Amino acid sequence: MGKLKTQSLHKRDSELAQSNRQLEILSNGIFQDGELPTFAKKIKETNQFPLRPKKLEILQINVGYMCNQVCEHCHVDAGPDRKEIMTWETMEQCLEVIRNTGAHTLDLTGGAPEMNPNFRRFVEEASKAGIKDFIVRSNLTIIRANKKYYDLPDFFKKHNVHVVSSMPHWTRGKTDKQRGEGVFDMSIKALQELNERGYGMPDSDLRLDLVYNPSGAFLPGDQASMEKDFKKALMEDFGIHFHNLFAITNLPIARFLDYLIASENYEDYMYQLVDAYNPAAVKNVMCTNTISVSWDGYLFDCDFNQMLELPVASKVKHISDYNEDLLNDRNIVISQHCFGCTAGAGSSCQGAVAE
Amino acid sequence: MSYYDPKDLRKFGNITEWSEELGTKFFDYYGKVFEEGALSAREKSLIALAVAHTEQCPYCIDAYTKDGLQRGVTKEEMMEAVHVGAAIKSGATLVHGVMMMNKVNKLDG
Ligand code: SF4
Ligand code: SF4
Repeated sequence: MGKLKTQSLHKRDSELAQSNRQLEILSNGIFQDGELPTFAKKIKETNQFPLRPKKLEILQINVGYMCNQVCEHCHVDAGPDRKEIMTWETMEQCLEVIRNTGAHTLDLTGGAPEMNPNFRRFVEEASKAGIKDFIVRSNLTIIRANKKYYDLPDFFKKHNVHVVSSMPHWTRGKTDKQRGEGVFDMSIKALQELNERGYGMPDSDLRLDLVYNPSGAFLPGDQASMEKDFKKALMEDFGIHFHNLFAITNLPIARFLDYLIASENYEDYMYQLVDAYNPAAVKNVMCTNTISVSWDGYLFDCDFNQMLELPVASKVKHISDYNEDLLNDRNIVISQHCFGCTAGAGSSCQGAVAE
Repeated sequence: MSYYDPKDLRKFGNITEWSEELGTKFFDYYGKVFEEGALSAREKSLIALAVAHTEQCPYCIDAYTKDGLQRGVTKEEMMEAVHVGAAIKSGATLVHGVMMMNKVNKLDG
């Protein structure tokens, strides 16, 4: 496994490991003195405040913050030193919900979800629930990290899992800078193995999509042209196929916020996000069709709010009291990090959102 | 105090306030030029980066470096583009050396 870059903010006892400190930063300074409008003010301009959910389509479950990587910009602040892992008991509560939900997509994320000791048992059970699209967000290197994970491509195939994986660039230098030394080569090897099982091949039903997020303090370019460039480069250099590329904007929270502040890019980045604000993206932001479940079973509007410890504004707070109708009748909790979801073509875990 | 303030780049659009017709025409034209065409938007961005350097415009260098990063352009590609600009700029200087040579030959040949 490649050399790890850093430790998590939590392990380093950084003040930014505290979600309330992050929220303070996002509300102070340029947003407090009115130099930039707040997100609430911005969406009021188009009468989209308060932000409300539409029909629930995606149930996103975070099975733990432990990860084999320590990517520089991780919004989860994940790493090998994080011990928050979903228990089997909570997984059983999730399975109960998965069997009864109206959502058509189940999206497992982490950390590296595969590092949860009950991951396979959970996937086996969840795949029986007949959900149309079953996503696992796999970071690719996990497949090559240890012998016990080598058979993951076969396991994914057996359960018809839709694999979504991060890839910051088609060149080694840019990828390793963000995700750690050696990550590029391991990711390429993992992609080739997935291709060998049929994943990502043209006309194959075994879905393999890549997620691109910028390696620094700038916004992602046009998703369709990035996809074209990635496809061309990965095919020419390594013979790799994949289906779609999702271009995702880095939200100013956790390690990315830490990086923005340390590199003196914070204000400029917030300006970029606010300047690129697209009111058309607001109606499709991820929280309008997703519920995010944390490792300990609590419910959030999205994975970002989960990391900021902003729980859903609903009577239903925990997966054990799950009630879809009650939950859908809520206002979404917002702050200035939300500008990351509405910049340009918009951004969600499924990529751009503006039609 | 410097003549150039990076924050002024954000105010570029304000030039329209003092001459709406011309400002709007310029920005329409500008937007159109950078659309995908016979050249890709990525190629145009690299040309703009090279010209930004030969014009030595700090605002344009700022804008087209960032634009390149957003398009996934690598730093090697960016530097090659800058060298293209530099080569043309130095070539344009040196080719005038022929004028100097002609003049010397005429006056003192
Ligand atoms: S970005 Fe993904 S792979 Fe990287 S540390 Fe975070 S959870 Fe792990
Ligand atoms: S950060 Fe979360 S709550 Fe805010 S707009 Fe994005 S998805 Fe919605």
